[in-house]
Amino acid sequence: MLAKRIIPCLDIKDGQTVKGVNFLDIKSVGDPVELGTLYAEQGADELVFLDITASHEKRKTLVELVQRIARHINIPFTVGGGVSELSDADALLAAGCDKLSINSAAVRNPQLIDQMAKGFGSQFVVTAIDAKYENGKWTVFVNGGRIATDKELFSWAKEAQERGAGEILFTSMNHDGVKTGFACEALAQLSESLSIPVIASGGAGNMEHFKDVFTKGKADAGLAASIFHFKEIAIPDLKKYLTDNNIPVRL
Amino acid sequence: MNIVIIKYNAGNIRSVQFALQRLGVEPVITADPEAIKTADKVIFPGVGEASTTMDYLRETKLDQLIVSLKQPVLGICLGLQLMCKHSEEGNTDCLGIFDEEVKRFIPAPGEENIHKVPHMGWNTITNLKSGIFDPSLDNQYVYFVHSFYAAIGPHTAAATQYTQPFSAALHKDNFYATQFHPEKSGPVGAKILKNFIEL
Repeated sequence: MLAKRIIPCLDIKDGQTVKGVNFLDIKSVGDPVELGTLYAEQGADELVFLDITASHEKRKTLVELVQRIARHINIPFTVGGGVSELSDADALLAAGCDKLSINSAAVRNPQLIDQMAKGFGSQFVVTAIDAKYENGKWTVFVNGGRIATDKELFSWAKEAQERGAGEILFTSMNHDGVKTGFACEALAQLSESLSIPVIASGGAGNMEHFKDVFTKGKADAGLAASIFHFKEIAIPDLKKYLTDNNIPVRL
Repeated sequence: MNIVIIKYNAGNIRSVQFALQRLGVEPVITADPEAIKTADKVIFPGVGEASTTMDYLRETKLDQLIVSLKQPVLGICLGLQLMCKHSEEGNTDCLGIFDEEVKRFIPAPGEENIHKVPHMGWNTITNLKSGIFDPSLDNQYVYFVHSFYAAIGPHTAAATQYTQPFSAALHKDNFYATQFHPEKSGPVGAKILKNFIEL
């Protein structure tokens, strides 16, 4: 049976792993390759490296870091934050990453999804969506949650799927960093409306939240950062807990 | 040990190279027919679309070269699919090493949200046959990313269950292939690559 995936996310700024609270107030928590290797050894199913400074400061040079990660890590990893055109994607894939996540660049230029899917295959293209629930709807934000757009979560996710995205990584900005659980209701609706996998992000605070995101939230993968970085939850303990709760995970 | 990774217009070569390096082997990445023919082992990786990749293999005559190889050959992911007879992806004839047909995953009606396509993530392998496996690998998790699969057939060397059982690995004579990515499958995948190197 296909296992539910546990994905630690490493936000990168200036080559260091950081984790912001509600996308602001950044604290450094370590070397990305060292942390990634540790997570892989502990049983992480995948890793996501997001260069959170990239879309704001237009910085693109992730290639060296990606190559260092690929050399050391024997599980799949996604890289995001450095991709705004096809040539970026090409360079990062050549450096050894398995998937690319596109967020703001895809909102501004949706055809980028088509081009990347055509050029490299849908399985390479993760469309990341940051959305905030306000006034009765989920509004999509870009530039690391700084700028609201006129797009709405569910229709944008559907469009991304139709354009060739292989996965949707949905971060609820209302839940991110506050550790009170994932946005299960919105996630379930999203997962049911799509035929591609959904990665849930934002809100993990304890092990029960992961159980909920896979049952109530119908997510295919659960992503978190600070609870892993600050050793609040150890991945082996989390996987044992999920197994005890009849959720298929890789042990 | 002289291991060649066939270089062609398909991604993921770097990951295979790094995985072999972690096992202490330095592979040669090349499209040179002589180097491929004389290698001890050949790896045929691949990520991409079947029909365009087959067109490329035909143009470069790599298609004839691959089927003529006598040493152990390991196809990975699209590599496995291209070693089959025919693929639904772009409706193309493939190399025909294995008789199995490559089809697209179609979830049962009403199960589109349960059996998502691509089949992406960690799943278990069972009914293991061939020298790249050993009993310790039975029922272990490996990493898959694919929308098309080789059906179960006479050359199935490992089976995995998704919308229905499919060939997670194939084997015939000196040709081995995995639908999953051993280079991305943690210690289990490393063991499979090590078994291939030691064939």
